[in-house]
Amino acid sequence: MKYAYYPGCSLHSTAKEYDLSTKEVASALGIELVEIPGWACCGATPAHLTVQSLSIALPVKNLLQAKNMDAGDVVTCCAACFSRLKIANHFMETETEKRKEVEGIVGERYEGEVKARHFLEVLTKDLGLDKLKTKVAKELKGLKVACYYGCLLTRPKGVTGIDDLEDPRLLDDLMGTIGVEAVKWPYKTECCGASFSLSKTEIVLKLSGDILEMASDEGAEAIVVACPLCQSNLDLRQGMINKKLKKSFDIPIFYFTQLVALSLGIAPGKLGFDKHMVNPVKLLKKKGIIA
Amino acid sequence: MKIGVFVCHCGTNISHTVDVEEVAKAAAKLPNVHFATTYKYMCSSPGQALIADSIKEKGLDRIVVSACSPSLHEKTFRKCLEEAGINPYLVEMANIREHCSWVHSDRAQATKKAIELVKLSVAKVSRSKPLSKSFIPIEKRVLVIGGGISGIQAALDVSFAKFPVVMVEKEPSIGGKMAKFDKTFPTLDCAACILTPKMVGVAQNKYVTMHTFSEVVEVSGHVGDFTVKIKKKARSVDLKKCTGCGACYAKCPVKVTSEFDEGLGKRKAIYVPFPQAVPNVPVIDRNACLWFTKKTCGLCKKVCAIGAIDYDQEDEIIEEKFGAIIVATGFKQFDHSVYGEYGYGKFKDVVTGMHFERMANSSGPTGGKIVRPSDGKEALDVVFIQCVGSRDEQKGVPYCSRVCCMYTAKHATLLREHNKNAQAYVFYIDVRAAGKNYEEFVKKAQDEYGAVYLRGRVSRVFEKGGKLIVRGADTLSGSQIEIKADLVVLANGLIAQDDATTIAQMLHIQYDKNRLFTEAHPKLAPVETITSGIFLTGACQSPKDIPDTVATASAASVKALGLMVHDKLEKDPLVARTNNDLCSGCKACYLACPYSAIEMVEIEDRKLKRKRMVSRVIEGVCAGCGNCTAVCRMGAIDVEGFTNRQIMRQIEAL
Repeated sequence: MKYAYYPGCSLHSTAKEYDLSTKEVASALGIELVEIPGWACCGATPAHLTVQSLSIALPVKNLLQAKNMDAGDVVTCCAACFSRLKIANHFMETETEKRKEVEGIVGERYEGEVKARHFLEVLTKDLGLDKLKTKVAKELKGLKVACYYGCLLTRPKGVTGIDDLEDPRLLDDLMGTIGVEAVKWPYKTECCGASFSLSKTEIVLKLSGDILEMASDEGAEAIVVACPLCQSNLDLRQGMINKKLKKSFDIPIFYFTQLVALSLGIAPGKLGFDKHMVNPVKLLKKKGIIA
Repeated sequence: MKIGVFVCHCGTNISHTVDVEEVAKAAAKLPNVHFATTYKYMCSSPGQALIADSIKEKGLDRIVVSACSPSLHEKTFRKCLEEAGINPYLVEMANIREHCSWVHSDRAQATKKAIELVKLSVAKVSRSKPLSKSFIPIEKRVLVIGGGISGIQAALDVSFAKFPVVMVEKEPSIGGKMAKFDKTFPTLDCAACILTPKMVGVAQNKYVTMHTFSEVVEVSGHVGDFTVKIKKKARSVDLKKCTGCGACYAKCPVKVTSEFDEGLGKRKAIYVPFPQAVPNVPVIDRNACLWFTKKTCGLCKKVCAIGAIDYDQEDEIIEEKFGAIIVATGFKQFDHSVYGEYGYGKFKDVVTGMHFERMANSSGPTGGKIVRPSDGKEALDVVFIQCVGSRDEQKGVPYCSRVCCMYTAKHATLLREHNKNAQAYVFYIDVRAAGKNYEEFVKKAQDEYGAVYLRGRVSRVFEKGGKLIVRGADTLSGSQIEIKADLVVLANGLIAQDDATTIAQMLHIQYDKNRLFTEAHPKLAPVETITSGIFLTGACQSPKDIPDTVATASAASVKALGLMVHDKLEKDPLVARTNNDLCSGCKACYLACPYSAIEMVEIEDRKLKRKRMVSRVIEGVCAGCGNCTAVCRMGAIDVEGFTNRQIMRQIEAL
């Protein structure tokens, strides 16, 4: 299994632990990830709020870059990158008139032929949970998590096509496979406040606070995410949320790849747990998952 | 051949733009035209007298009236010819009003065009043949498909005129959806109290034959002479012997979910769907019955004192003839399991309006208590969500279901009547209460029964701490709100029945993209279909409330009775006809005919000395649309009044 790997800006900065753990999981499972050389911005927030052609041209440029590598589908871990790549492909496939403008910008003909995948799909669909199960060295028993998908992974309808819009199951099923208990909770696809984190922090505190509260009420000890923005809003802002809501949440926010890596027997030291704001090590130790 | 051309001024409608004298002068010079004149109003009595007198005085044998559209006055002039003693089909109309004077302003050009149009009509009429009307005998019986309030009303209205009616209902009892309702808006009278007398009226009516637990499986023929096959499904209980004592279902040990109670209650394997069922004769659900599944039990047969239980009964197909058919197949409630935001139909306490009806009903599964199906506790805070499936092009249907605003207002009212501590919240898009006393009714639900109306959509319903949290927008205050509810009631819209398209195809009637049956004209023929002799009533045509349903039922009955009072039906001769000598039997016309008016028959070809297939037009069904002529490669099929010879002559004249 070989993929063109598109890390995006987060995985090289705020979400380094996501990048680290993804690469560890991939290598342990024999999945080859070849980073796209000279990859550029995916066109998220700044571009897609400014001009449509730019927000399409940027991801198309990256997809074309991957096409020339001959490394198979493009795989990404960031939900925002995934969304941009998917939307760009959908646009180039369906908007037969408008795509000419984009083709003019990137200087090449493109009709959405390079497929974009999320790493979650690679594990659950391409590799498959049955195969993964055979590779699990140690089930992470006793850990109760809330699987949080956020807004971009499943939407918009008919574009990402990854899972059910309102009640996605991929993360829950993945957690089940590695022995983690996924609680039933209603906020799987709520909004965390996303990129308002910097411009209108108040909104993020309210929305992410609601998510933490619901997860905690439904018995989750940690939250599992598949998006660096969700992770940073829930993790980085947890202290501010506690202060504002007068709460004392102490909920670690894991990337699914970190927990999968632990179940595959990869050493915790390689998974960037030191990069979290809410210390996850305490909980993992308490559950006897790490020593 | 002596053709007369009569050019109409139509007041100034035509003469304002067209020089009618000039048209008459030019017409007089056309081949075979013997006489041409003008008159102010050709359709008036003196106008018609002018034509009639000219026919007599000048010996005219074909007429062109150069005036308005034939759809307006062709019939008038045909009658005029008939009275003047010549064949009524020897008149042609040149439409110099809609096609000329009304759409042009240049007088010289318009006059030129009018002359051309007259030229065409003269050319066509020169090749017209005298035609005579045919007559179809009428079978004086009416079939009503569907035994809901719609079919019941139609059957009663037809029977009142003393014509025999056969009603076919697929369920074991007549009564339809209305039988499930508790109260009816806007008067809050009990649905059963006003429906059951009508149900009994049908059962006791000597002009009405009921076939319950039966389905129409085949329809052939045409207006006045339909042949219909009806499948009477095996009820396993003898309808004639059974007295309805109820011993069988009292003893039956098998309990299954009751369809009539929308899954909220139980019924037995042998059952009557509800206490007031008509006929009050049980039916055995063979998928649940122990005798049919395991060949054990047999209790019902043992306890039946008169031996009415018949395990060996089989489906039976009967064939009957009818002159007219009334389609009253009703609707189906939209299935909300496509709505993830309302829990994909998985939350027990998110129910539909129909569930609410059953709960509110004192003979229903909860004995008239509004409860949470999950734990049976009384529901105090109840959220109603409007437009579920309706007005939603993404997940449902684009149209408004018309009745939901009203039934929700009714439910909000009933909720408070059942429990004065209960509170109704209604999320709506618009309140559509356009009916007599409807707006007042909604207002009353708000003012007197305390229903809180919130304008906005619900974005999510989820379970938390044993309650349902309903989150939605209140667009009037511009805020997001959350309500902790015991029960959520969805106002599911009305959609076509699952088998609507099968029924439509069987009857050769049209349906729209929502699979609702299409009326012949949306304004002027709302209960007719394009297939003559088949009429529509109720929600199978579009969502309707009870008053509208009953009104269309009576309208459809009148239409059917309009046929019944005739011994035979006059049929326009403008139908297609096959020339057997030319027909190659290729079936192109047979496949192209939208009315199924063409059949393939075998004829003895004397020249070839063998049998071969040709097409034959069933005159009673043919609407004269001309599709067959257009597809015929041999030129073997022709529509009378629009023959290929006539059209060719017109083209030559241009």
